[in-house]
Amino acid sequence: MKIHEYQAKEILREFGVPVPRGGVASTKEEARKIAEELGGTVVVKAQIHAGGRGKGGGVKLAANASEAEEYAGNILGMNLVTHQTGPEGKEVQKVLIEEGVDIAQELYFGIVLDRVTGQLVLMASREGGVEIEKVAAENPDAIIKEHIDPSVGIQPFQLRKLAFGLDLKGDVFKEATRFFSKLLKAYEENDSSLLEINPLVITADDKVIALDAKMNFDDNALFKHKNILEMRDLTEEDPFEVEASKYDLNYIKLDGNIGCMVNGAGLAMATMDIIKLSGGEPANFLDVGGAASVSTVENGFKILMSDKAIKAVLINIFGGIVRCDVVASGVVEAAKNVDIHVPLVVRLEGTNAEEGREILKNSSIDINVASSLAQGARKVVELAKA
Amino acid sequence: MSILANKNTKLLVQGITGSEGSFHTKQMVEYGTTVVAGVTPGKGGDSYEQIPVYNTVAEAVSETGANASVIFVPPPFAADAIMESANAGIELVICITEGIPTLDMVKVNEYLKGGTTRLIGPNCPGLITPGEAKIGIMPGFIATPGRVGVISRSGTLTYEAVDQLTKEGLGQSTCIGIGGDPIIGSSFKDLLALFEADEDTDAVVMIGEIGGSAEEEAAEYVKSEMTKPVIGFIAGQTAPPGKRMGHAGAIIAGGKGTASEKMKALSDAGIHVTENPSGLGELTKKVLG
Repeated sequence: MKIHEYQAKEILREFGVPVPRGGVASTKEEARKIAEELGGTVVVKAQIHAGGRGKGGGVKLAANASEAEEYAGNILGMNLVTHQTGPEGKEVQKVLIEEGVDIAQELYFGIVLDRVTGQLVLMASREGGVEIEKVAAENPDAIIKEHIDPSVGIQPFQLRKLAFGLDLKGDVFKEATRFFSKLLKAYEENDSSLLEINPLVITADDKVIALDAKMNFDDNALFKHKNILEMRDLTEEDPFEVEASKYDLNYIKLDGNIGCMVNGAGLAMATMDIIKLSGGEPANFLDVGGAASVSTVENGFKILMSDKAIKAVLINIFGGIVRCDVVASGVVEAAKNVDIHVPLVVRLEGTNAEEGREILKNSSIDINVASSLAQGARKVVELAKA
Repeated sequence: MSILANKNTKLLVQGITGSEGSFHTKQMVEYGTTVVAGVTPGKGGDSYEQIPVYNTVAEAVSETGANASVIFVPPPFAADAIMESANAGIELVICITEGIPTLDMVKVNEYLKGGTTRLIGPNCPGLITPGEAKIGIMPGFIATPGRVGVISRSGTLTYEAVDQLTKEGLGQSTCIGIGGDPIIGSSFKDLLALFEADEDTDAVVMIGEIGGSAEEEAAEYVKSEMTKPVIGFIAGQTAPPGKRMGHAGAIIAGGKGTASEKMKALSDAGIHVTENPSGLGELTKKVLG
């Protein structure tokens, strides 16, 4: 799960991590009030989940409160397009107003899971404000990495290595080591899955500050963190995906016109792949899961049918625990309640596949039954083009 | 003629009294797996389908000699269940549970280091040695005894591959789902090594997916150590970046972990790669001649 910058900074503040003073506003009047309280130069920052906001015009420096009001007025409601939002952009609903910071140096700091070692890794780089993926590709030696041994946790020498690697000295050095360890604590205690401070700033008066903050969280651990779950902003998510998650369906919208409904994530990806390979374009990823019931299938159908781009649908079920006859009944039920206005191709294999095919054959719905994955894909592509 | 499990495996089921655990215990017993014990804390002394239930894994091991465990406990308690089995000296732990917090698995991973326990999963369908033992939730009827090994990160896509092999007349030595999470107990590489050493396996089908670098590591192993042919497929050629495709581990992050770079790594290592998930059985037949 993703949260906004202002929310990440609220969390970091609780962990004693220095962040700029500021407040979040939904109107330009609120923005003005916050700017007045802060006094002096302020920064107006669009709050959307995607990165690259500055380049898209979503971050402005305001000399005073009335300028802040003006910029907030421009940014709020704007459709912000960045390299991470895609061409359709994202509407800005909130802005963060923060005190201006006198920057002496911009650095990078991040924490992620290293899947190869199964350990958390702390990363720091002198190339702040730049995308870390770019640094990693062009100049990997510029990134200092410290892996954390889960049995003993981070050690002081590791914090020192990071700070020495950034060429920090004196009080800033000490402050940076404390800063890193607080960030790690914030990561671990919230079951984060990514924490990035880019840039981490050294101010002209030698303070270490998180000028920007990005935190993502492990969906599997949200049951432990009600406070974080409350930060979820549904307006940032695809409405189809939000609807699907209510029914425990894994759904991701794509750009094509062939809908698919599959049991299991791997098979769902493979089904999309074979649609493409057969000359079509998948409209979505939809995994009805290992415990598909008549109602999950029906709900899956409703979501597919609400996507107007879809011209044909392929249902691919390999029954294991899921029984094909149950899925077939779900399709028949769905057809009664949902207007299925596009051709359907169904491929059933595995547990009770025969019974499932029989149910479909005896129903009044017009269904193309496929005997293999390859045949199903070919058929659905043909029907979508017809 | 297999790896990891066979007809001599003595299985215990952690979470045997839960709905998933009890349902699949019945299925495993019907398949012919020797299930010797169940563990549910607080239900020691009960029995399920004549299988004795114990409070702790240690007790179950000392009473029954169980040497493998399958875990069906809910996600908040699953990491603890894995470590309990390892602590009791179980050699093979298969964790079916989906949804374990990643930081819990960081601890488990550390706890298992240097020990003798092999973990398969979590978030996996388990394994099957056709005709001998089925541990987990795979449908038994799709597999037939034979000489092809199967390793996969997914569940139903494994069934698809196994079904294709069976239809081509190729039986399987052992089929294993290794799980779709970012941290898993056994990797492709670990299991390829076991198949390489297994004299009853002639070839291995490996089914990867987007995210992480486990397929690339496997490719390196295949290139330098493996003499048996490997047939590969990577799911998610059409997956968009930054989206979690169902499995927690299936995500293209920072431009890394795409299907095309994985397929390239596999074929550079001499693995027979197909872009077509429907063509795995056919390609394996062709490779085996």
